[in-house]
Amino acid sequence: MTKTVYRRLRRPQTFFYLLVVLHVVVIGLGLSSAYHMEHNGHVVTGMNNHIVWGMPHVFAVFLIVAASGALNVASISSVFAKLDYKPFARLSGMLAVALLVGGLAVLVLDLGRPDRLIVAMTTYNFKSIFAWNIYLYIGFVAIIAAYLFTMMDRTAVRYNKPIAYLAFVWRLILTTGTGSIFGFLIAREAYDTALLAPLFIAGSFAYGLAFTVLVLITMCRSMNEKLMSDEVTGKFRNLLILFVLVVVYFTVVKHLTNLYATEHHGVEWFLLAGGGIYPAVFWFVQIGIGTVLPLILLTAKWDIEGEARFRLSVASILVLIGGVAQMYVIIIGGQAYPLDIFPGMEVSSSFGDGAVGWYVPSMPEILLGVMGVSIAMLMSGLAFMALRFLPQTDTTPDKTA
Amino acid sequence: MSGERETAPGRAKDQAAEGVEDTRRGFLKGLTAAVVTLAPGVTLMAYPEGAAAARAPSDAVTSKVRWGLLIDVSKCPDGCTDCVTACNEENGLGPVTRPRTDAQWIRKVTVRDPSTGLKRSFPVMCQHCASPPCVDVCPTGASFKRADGIVLVDKHICIGCRYCMMACPYLARSFVHEPLQDQKPYAPRGKGTVESCTMCVHRVDDGRIPACVESCASSGKAMVFGDLNDPDSEISKIVRTYATSQIRADLGLDPGVRYQNL
Repeated sequence: MTKTVYRRLRRPQTFFYLLVVLHVVVIGLGLSSAYHMEHNGHVVTGMNNHIVWGMPHVFAVFLIVAASGALNVASISSVFAKLDYKPFARLSGMLAVALLVGGLAVLVLDLGRPDRLIVAMTTYNFKSIFAWNIYLYIGFVAIIAAYLFTMMDRTAVRYNKPIAYLAFVWRLILTTGTGSIFGFLIAREAYDTALLAPLFIAGSFAYGLAFTVLVLITMCRSMNEKLMSDEVTGKFRNLLILFVLVVVYFTVVKHLTNLYATEHHGVEWFLLAGGGIYPAVFWFVQIGIGTVLPLILLTAKWDIEGEARFRLSVASILVLIGGVAQMYVIIIGGQAYPLDIFPGMEVSSSFGDGAVGWYVPSMPEILLGVMGVSIAMLMSGLAFMALRFLPQTDTTPDKTA
Repeated sequence: MSGERETAPGRAKDQAAEGVEDTRRGFLKGLTAAVVTLAPGVTLMAYPEGAAAARAPSDAVTSKVRWGLLIDVSKCPDGCTDCVTACNEENGLGPVTRPRTDAQWIRKVTVRDPSTGLKRSFPVMCQHCASPPCVDVCPTGASFKRADGIVLVDKHICIGCRYCMMACPYLARSFVHEPLQDQKPYAPRGKGTVESCTMCVHRVDDGRIPACVESCASSGKAMVFGDLNDPDSEISKIVRTYATSQIRADLGLDPGVRYQNL
């Protein structure tokens, strides 16, 4: 196997700068939205006293889940000793940190009092999984930073293996913690399942890999070089198929186990059939666009050179769209289903008791959510320019990108 | 970290807003006393009129007391919203013009049994659970339970994450969605923070009953307020004599609000 040489991103194509401008604009719009929400209050969003977590949380949780999954490639190379993935380990680690930062930025700016971030960092209730998550997030960034250091510094390379194991375990705990935010809500029927944590882990594998693939392909185009061999492209394809199928498995099991319990028939009916926008998003976007279409694209016969990468990139985009849809159904759909305060009774009140929660996302909150993606992408791009994250294994000019 | 705090009732006029820890509060109290000693006539902290009328500020809130509410559903007239109006006036909430985003600390809920057609209408508010999920999930400890069972939000350390609203099984909490004016000094509120029924803690610490209970006394007489731990209190006698229930008792949260004839 050829020795991998790492380099910075130098003299990128115009395409890269256009992306930078796009992300800067989105971040500007996102920050303006956050200021607008902070200044006027959340009344300018679609959120209300029933749907208390809206689009910002959809994007934030999605990015945080994807962050731990983006570390997959590094973990596979270090923990499972699959050397084919090693050239991309640095990029994978950097992307993981960037996605987490993007997700956390959205989460913080959606707080009612974002100015009190220092309170959240210094005043803890350790019975709260939210408080634990703050440590899990900070720990994740610190461990990945150390992990990257052991990959990039010759003197620290001997510590690479133990830190790789620590990072792998930490990422599993982190995603479990994120899934548990919902699992600990005793009265919300949609979240009354222990399967949310493993479902989130499965989702993290798929979304993290999809982000990694897309960033790699973007870098190929930015450098006009072929960073991934056809063999590696094939391996990413196989992994993505596997991860998407694992998400399908946990999704099916979650719904089937709920359908077995009569008390959950109402919420299952709501999310899968009768809940208006939520079953539509579930079936058409999460399952149709985000699961079936990518599987068709990825499993169809691959013969034309370059088509494989094109299909992989399109499939990755679709998987990410499916991931956002999954979060939408879980987070918004789960809140929209009425709380069962008086089981078996018909309930009404001036506060909307017994009624399906109303929610139409406003532009500021959508922009705030999308800003998280742009922060992650911009941060990655700038990091690739600043440090040696990108591999140079094949110098064949990339004509297919 | 336990969500339960011992507090000085004389200061509880602004209990819901006091963000300082007990130690800091104690320190400031001592400092205040010292400064007053050095410079008689100088008032460092202003209290609302009559603040310390009922109890000495030095008397800590104790778990010997468990404040509770009993609502007799059969006595609650359909269409009467006196308790809601009283709560809004007492705490400066104002009329509900935007039901989706306006705060409602107490609401009249109509419940109908679809199999029999039996209909009841009664108030629902924060149930002041003995094991409140809102306190468990709050990352900063802003949601807390006083030793006497009253569940409150410390407005100084609430970051507005709304996790408590997700966790509350009773839909009892509201988020302040927009800027506020004309607040009551004893019931401070804040844009971007979460709030709920305080059981009129400022009145309770003054030896008075919550505003909703007071207003109900002149209409349906459906509400009784008192100490559930005191065997001689009216509320204790009723819950000992008649069948009462707690909403979602199956969750095991032991609410301090009980219902009769539900």
